[in-house]
Amino acid sequence: MASLDDLKKRITSVKSTQKITKAMKMVAAAKLKRAQDSAEKGRPYSQKMNNIILNLSNGISDKSNAPKLLSGTGNEKVHLCVIMTSDRGLCGGFNANIIKKAKSYFSKLKQEGKELKIITVGSKGNEQLKRVYGNKIIDNISFKNSKNANYFDAEKVGKTIIDRFEKHEFDICTIFYNQFKNVITQIPQAQQIIPLNTEKNSEDKLEESYEFEPDEDEILRNLLPKNISTQIFKAMLENSASEQGARMSAMDNATRNAGEMVDKLTIEYNRSRQAAITKELIEIISGAESL
Amino acid sequence: MNEEFKIDIVNPEKSFLTKDDVIEAIVPAYEGEMGILKNHISIISFLKPGIIKIKSKSGEESYYVEDGIVEFKDNNLSILTSSIFNLNEFEKNKVLDLIKTAEEEIKNDEISDQIRYLNNQKIDVLKSIN
Repeated sequence: MASLDDLKKRITSVKSTQKITKAMKMVAAAKLKRAQDSAEKGRPYSQKMNNIILNLSNGISDKSNAPKLLSGTGNEKVHLCVIMTSDRGLCGGFNANIIKKAKSYFSKLKQEGKELKIITVGSKGNEQLKRVYGNKIIDNISFKNSKNANYFDAEKVGKTIIDRFEKHEFDICTIFYNQFKNVITQIPQAQQIIPLNTEKNSEDKLEESYEFEPDEDEILRNLLPKNISTQIFKAMLENSASEQGARMSAMDNATRNAGEMVDKLTIEYNRSRQAAITKELIEIISGAESL
Repeated sequence: MNEEFKIDIVNPEKSFLTKDDVIEAIVPAYEGEMGILKNHISIISFLKPGIIKIKSKSGEESYYVEDGIVEFKDNNLSILTSSIFNLNEFEKNKVLDLIKTAEEEIKNDEISDQIRYLNNQKIDVLKSIN
């Protein structure tokens, strides 16, 4: 059995860990509020953008002439996966969930004999993926310096992707991120952004006819790159809200576990102290009796 | 007769402005300024750098935009833009800053004609504000 001193040391150490996790939980809770707000505020923009593009692509008459960002390159050979993770750790299963989802997608691609390229956003994903898929990672983008997710950063990622697309480096692009559902649930998502998936809403066909100024092609050509940045921005917002949520619940659990541990250790400490006292008493009594 | 329609201006970070008593909106569309009244035909167009004027029951407001998309449908005007400033709160330094960045961009020889045109447009509009 550990000595009294050792137990005491352990109790203090667990207590100070608990203090840290508690503080982190508070910070995450405060940040979560802000991240959640901006995620909700960002939704109308991406939704409207999506609607306009859907209307446009429904209205386009000549599908074969449509921009490549919409119709694809015609091949499905090279897949680009953009894995969006956080820059900081201690957020429970947040990063692990995305990576798991991504890895299962990778092995599916491998079975189908497709070529894989990876861009990681955020350093945690890069660290975890480079062990196995190190030779597949073509770029790593990290926003350690910017405090909140902002549109400027998203545009940067979008530009990199489009540049690579125009150089014919890949055919299909999928982004991986965590969708924020609530504080304890984040759903890892895989969303294909190139070519754009427009089939979803084909059921409720819009008979609305639009006037275009300039013509459809030109609008689409300008709009599609913007949409990619917007989708990435949306993913970044969802991700940052999810990260804080995951961190908050992870830290809440850690705090509770530390509390339980302190209780257990305290009982053990008290018991061994009592045992030591009893032992001393017995020694004194038996010593007195032997006289 | 009711002559009002609804306007929504959103930027990526938040919904910038919502009004439902707009009488007329003038937007700097790609092929020239465009005035929109109630029951305008459904239209989608681009914005170039310029001033958006919104006339509503509560008065007239002006905003400076650099780019964006406008969609009008069922008497709902949606403007998506990534950079918009209210002219009343527009600080002089900010204007000068924007002019400077645009001017620097023009000096770059590698940019396409379209970008050059847009930047020239930007400078003209910004100078007219000052």
